[in-house]
Amino acid sequence: MLNESDILALIVTLKLAGLTTLILLLLGTPLAWWLSRTKWRFKFILEGVIALPLVLPPTVLGFYLLILLGPKGPLGDLMASLGIHSLAFTFSGLVIGSVFYSMPFVIQPLQNAFTAIGRRPMEVAATLGASPLDRFFTVALPLARPGFITAAVLGFAHTVGEFGVVLMIGGNIPGETQVLSIAIYDHVESLQYTQAHWLSGGLLLLSFIMLMSVYAINGQFKVGRNDH
Amino acid sequence: MTIEATFKITKKDFILDVDFSIPSKGVTAIFGPSGCGKTTLLRAIAGLEPCRGAHLKVGDMTWQKGHYCVPTHKRSLAYVFQEASLFSHLTVKGNLQYAIKRVPLSNRKVSLERAIELLGIEPLLERRADQLSGGERQRVAIARALSVSPRILLMDEPLSALDLTRKREIMPYIESLHDELDIPVIYVSHSPDEVARLSDHLVLLEKGRVTAQGETGKMLTRLDLPLAHGDDAASLIHATVAEHDDEYNLTYLDFPGGRFTVARKSLPIGFSVRLRVVARDVSLTLAHQSGTSILNIFPSTIDDILSEGRSEKVVQLNVGGVTLLSRVTHKSASLLKLQKGQLVYAQIKSIALLSDKH
Repeated sequence: MLNESDILALIVTLKLAGLTTLILLLLGTPLAWWLSRTKWRFKFILEGVIALPLVLPPTVLGFYLLILLGPKGPLGDLMASLGIHSLAFTFSGLVIGSVFYSMPFVIQPLQNAFTAIGRRPMEVAATLGASPLDRFFTVALPLARPGFITAAVLGFAHTVGEFGVVLMIGGNIPGETQVLSIAIYDHVESLQYTQAHWLSGGLLLLSFIMLMSVYAINGQFKVGRNDH
Repeated sequence: MTIEATFKITKKDFILDVDFSIPSKGVTAIFGPSGCGKTTLLRAIAGLEPCRGAHLKVGDMTWQKGHYCVPTHKRSLAYVFQEASLFSHLTVKGNLQYAIKRVPLSNRKVSLERAIELLGIEPLLERRADQLSGGERQRVAIARALSVSPRILLMDEPLSALDLTRKREIMPYIESLHDELDIPVIYVSHSPDEVARLSDHLVLLEKGRVTAQGETGKMLTRLDLPLAHGDDAASLIHATVAEHDDEYNLTYLDFPGGRFTVARKSLPIGFSVRLRVVARDVSLTLAHQSGTSILNIFPSTIDDILSEGRSEKVVQLNVGGVTLLSRVTHKSASLLKLQKGQLVYAQIKSIALLSDKH
């Protein structure tokens, strides 16, 4: 069965995935909305940047974040001069890494959902006296509900499954930065196959249940439309 | 009170360049072929079409002037879109409440109950938009627009997405708005039939420009305008119910040129009606016919004659100050030697009672 450090890893993983998803939904909603409405000529540049984590090896992303956030990196330098401890090998650093790593999985479903709504419902709401903010909350958000469910579940599940980025900038500190995927790797390395089985099986089941729920709730849910 | 508008909007395939003033009462139809800019014009009035340097004044409200532009949600208007535009995440009732909640109490002239009653949508209230037929959806959309208690109602071909049966189902509701509520309506249409039925004032739009405008009845019969031509050409006549004939079960309708006889209508004496007489149903004789089954025969003078295609002519008649159109063949015209100023008898085969308006 699970030992204490496994349970710690599970808690760290769920905390990380939950926090990452929350941050991404909060930051991603306005960004996805803007991307779905803007006529800016160079929006493809931003879309390319957002999609990068889909194709980039997580280790590359982790490497650059390590350089950026590490004690010798530009951001690390700045923070050190402000008296803030380096973010590398901390839970906060892990959250920052995960936000980048899972970004496309949250933003793309949201952007697709907002684009699918079209202009009409917003125009209708305007003619009924709803201000821009009012119609965003009372029309756009409810109509994009399937997109939010997809975004939340994909963002969460994808963060749970992260390995490379964590390894690069998180290290392997139990209770702080050791997540499930790393714990599994440790168990396999030290030939503790029973433990590895328990964790892997659990993760498999969790991921499957989450994705199945999305399909069940959204009906017409499409994972791969723009994602992979 | 008038609506004054000056717009210049450049689109990919055309330029809308209009400057007009229309009465802000009754129904004004904007009529023209597809792609002439009707919808763009209506959207511009609603503030949905970005345009610089426009001028728009509705009654005493200035909505656009130079850089000053009132955003759509602050304009006291309602808009009925061409296709159903109900919020799919709300029920019918939710849709209506969405509208009425955003109207300040002091401005609520049309209650939710009144809007529901006018459009007959009581049985639909708990349903969702996707559980309604096309006609029902459009009725709900109109009720929702009315719940805004707008100072002006904009309708963009609200019937065009519906089949004939559905059109007939909704038409009476739109007609009744006119009588029930004192809200000016701008109605975009490419159907001469809808224009004749519903509008009081008519603006003709062609390739982004206003070619003519005026009272609908006069516009329909002006030979220099496209509406007087084609198979749909018809005249509008305003008449009042004069008396009922119990013996033959008939109703007599008075208009400045005489008295119409129609099958009995259950309308009170003195009631105003609008009649539509299709040009094809008007034939001409030189003398008053006596041995004929046609009851509606009126002496009239020929104001104008114009060739319509290779075998027909349109004849514009003056019946006691009222203009009537007649379609005759070239052959008949030359047999009767029809010419301007001539006195003829117009025999009207059939009359359509359009609506009960003041």
